[in-house]
Amino acid sequence: MKTENETKEYSTMNSQEKTPPIRVSASQARSGEAREALLMANESIKIVVNDLNLYYGNDQALKNINLQIPEKRVTAFIGPSGCGKSTLLRCFNRMNDLVDSVSITGDMLMDGQEINAPGVNVSELRRQVGMVFQKPNPFPKSIYENVAYGLRLQGVNDRSTLDKVVEKSLKGAALWDEVKDRLHESAMGMSGGQQQRLVIARAIAIEPEVILLDEPASALDPISTLKIEELINELKNDYTIVIVTHNMQQAARVSDYTAFMYMGELIEFGATDQLFTNPNNKQTEDYITGRYG
Amino acid sequence: MTMKAWLKSGSPWIWLNGGAVAMCMIMVVGLIGLIAVRGFGHFWPANIAQIEITNEQGEQIVVMGEIVRSQSIPSAVARDAGNEVPEDIDMVTRYLVKQGNRDQTGRDFVWYLELGMGEFTYPLDAYQIERREWGNFYGQPVALLREGEIVSTPQQSGFWRDMQAALDRSLKLHQEIQRIERRQIGRINSGMEQLRLETRRLDLQGVSGLEREAEDARIAAARAELDAQFEELSVELNALKETQRRDTLQMVTAEGAQVNLSMAQIVRVTAPNSMSVLAKMGQYIERLWEFLSDNPREANTEGGIFPAIFGTVTMVFIMSIIVTPFGILAAIYLREYAKQGLVTRVIRISVYNLAGVPSIVYGVFGLGFFVYFLGGSLDRLFYEAALPTPTFGTPGLFWASLTLALLTLPIVIVSTEEGLARIPSTIRQGSLALGATKAETLWKVIVPLATPAMMTGLILAIARAAGEVAPLMLVGVVKLAPSLPVDGTFPFVHLERKIMHLGFHIYDVGFQSSNAEAARPLVYATALVLVVLIVVLNLTAISIRNRLRERYRNASD
Repeated sequence: MKTENETKEYSTMNSQEKTPPIRVSASQARSGEAREALLMANESIKIVVNDLNLYYGNDQALKNINLQIPEKRVTAFIGPSGCGKSTLLRCFNRMNDLVDSVSITGDMLMDGQEINAPGVNVSELRRQVGMVFQKPNPFPKSIYENVAYGLRLQGVNDRSTLDKVVEKSLKGAALWDEVKDRLHESAMGMSGGQQQRLVIARAIAIEPEVILLDEPASALDPISTLKIEELINELKNDYTIVIVTHNMQQAARVSDYTAFMYMGELIEFGATDQLFTNPNNKQTEDYITGRYG
Repeated sequence: MTMKAWLKSGSPWIWLNGGAVAMCMIMVVGLIGLIAVRGFGHFWPANIAQIEITNEQGEQIVVMGEIVRSQSIPSAVARDAGNEVPEDIDMVTRYLVKQGNRDQTGRDFVWYLELGMGEFTYPLDAYQIERREWGNFYGQPVALLREGEIVSTPQQSGFWRDMQAALDRSLKLHQEIQRIERRQIGRINSGMEQLRLETRRLDLQGVSGLEREAEDARIAAARAELDAQFEELSVELNALKETQRRDTLQMVTAEGAQVNLSMAQIVRVTAPNSMSVLAKMGQYIERLWEFLSDNPREANTEGGIFPAIFGTVTMVFIMSIIVTPFGILAAIYLREYAKQGLVTRVIRISVYNLAGVPSIVYGVFGLGFFVYFLGGSLDRLFYEAALPTPTFGTPGLFWASLTLALLTLPIVIVSTEEGLARIPSTIRQGSLALGATKAETLWKVIVPLATPAMMTGLILAIARAAGEVAPLMLVGVVKLAPSLPVDGTFPFVHLERKIMHLGFHIYDVGFQSSNAEAARPLVYATALVLVVLIVVLNLTAISIRNRLRERYRNASD
């Protein structure tokens, strides 16, 4: 792991030096990065990833990832199964810590602070970086208690504060009208789509800065999926959103920026319109046109 | 259809599986049915038969009692038993008669051969009298005496009413006497024991001089006070006992002997031959209730089994209180915190194997470690004044519960661990992703979710513990406990007391009793009560578990 943050300024040379194993044409990668640097000029950057490598034991799952996540935008990670997009997503709130054999090198800075630094309070980090998983995972508690859970963890037990936050969060997750009359019923009785929105409400109740969505609609029917997508559009006004998805149409619909990953490498990153209409990289083109993946 | 096609169709499997289920059902239903019929038949008031038997020599005897059962035996066997059977008869029927009157004849269950038997008659005035000693009495009434004077005879109307009134009075007095003996004299005795211990403590502490004299004077005063109270009570008791002896029931046995039964000796008088079915049902329920709620009499072969029920429940309860937290905490550590490696695996295998250790081994361990070592140490530390009489250094309720807790610990650990393992990791991650620490996740989400599994463990533990007998014989269960482990004297729950237990009661009544015939139905009845008790305990736990499950429904979908 680097000790100094000398890479804040983007350096293609640096990246090239450190990536001998990448066989995908370096010139393409470079030109992509150059375009990206141009693109990012107008955005304020929330998270910067520099030369990130991640190993599960001896297997390298992420190879030299360099990436910038713009603030209050939706960034989508696409790529075939096993390409490392979920692993990368889980680095942002250090969920990979749960796996014993993981080792990470490289930098990952949120607002200039190293996420993986030894002194970082992981609970605090996860409060700032919320996460929604592939399968809805409400707790077996009431709807109200699900949303209030994060606040109660922080020691907030004042009834009126909780009431306010629960209502605000459920409204924010477009769920309030459906559940306001049964807040104290078990969350396990809701439909899958409702459960997923409840989980989003639970995440925004503690007012994170970033929300990570790990294939949030893959277990849902088309109508619930649509609702989630609409919700993502709403949420990006207040939160930085990173979404992993299998579904390229979904990425095209909801995201502002898209990163295409393949075999643990970041192949291309760009504005979604551009990446889908005029990909810079042959592999990206093959993938989005359905030639593999 | 060919054989091959039939095999392929799968129907042999269905038959095989269905057959296995049917066999299981037959065995379970048969077991419960046998126990229920044998056990619960005992409480039905049987008719009292009077039989005239003329033997070979032409002598006539009259027998009165309940016909328990009859059987056909080869006449050679009957001859070996000392009966005279004519040469031309191969098989002969004999009847087992419960003729009671053990104080008169010495035997209350006697086999009689059918040969020479006259008609069975059922005299309406045949009484069955349950007594506190010597078992049942069978006979016909002659008169009711009060202080030796005849007050009523069966020929007069109202005899039955007078007799029942006298009996009620006697029973009330008996209760009063019991109350005084148990409560008040018990209190005085424990007070005396306290004083003795105080004196002993003073000796041990080497208190002397003025202080000692003051203490001695205080103790002597207290003792005198208790002595005075005791005197008062014993006078009261003697008076009560005297007045209880006022009434006497004069009876005549089938042989014609006249017997005077003091009312103080009588528990219940019935005349089953003159009772309607409805009255018999009432009597049945009354006897059943007595069986469940009363203390045993006559070396456990009569009376009730309440102390055994109470002891079993108390022991299982204390066992649950001990085993649940220990088992759950151990399982949580093993599953959630311990580094999964060789050591954890060895520990887990050891715990699993502990479940297979024969229970008597736990009994031996309990006696050696808990009773003698731990109990002996406790006595030396806290009950020194009472030594050499052990307080905790002897088998008792607490050690029995602790031994059973040890015995059932693996069950709780295994179920809890399985429950924890079944909780989807997404729930865990959901909590962690909200900024919860591992401990917060564990206690706010994981453990509540695993409670149904913990309850399952507890259910299995209860079922195992309630039915366990072998280890208990070593660590605290006795044939007859003088007092219940829970009562009104401080500290209310007496963990050091010995208890009675249904399982041991079955063994004791069935195999240690001198009166096998009288004990037999009680064995079945007690067995049924034990089964019902375990079922009730289990159903309670299962209903709690189902309620919890309902709450966390779909959590693992």
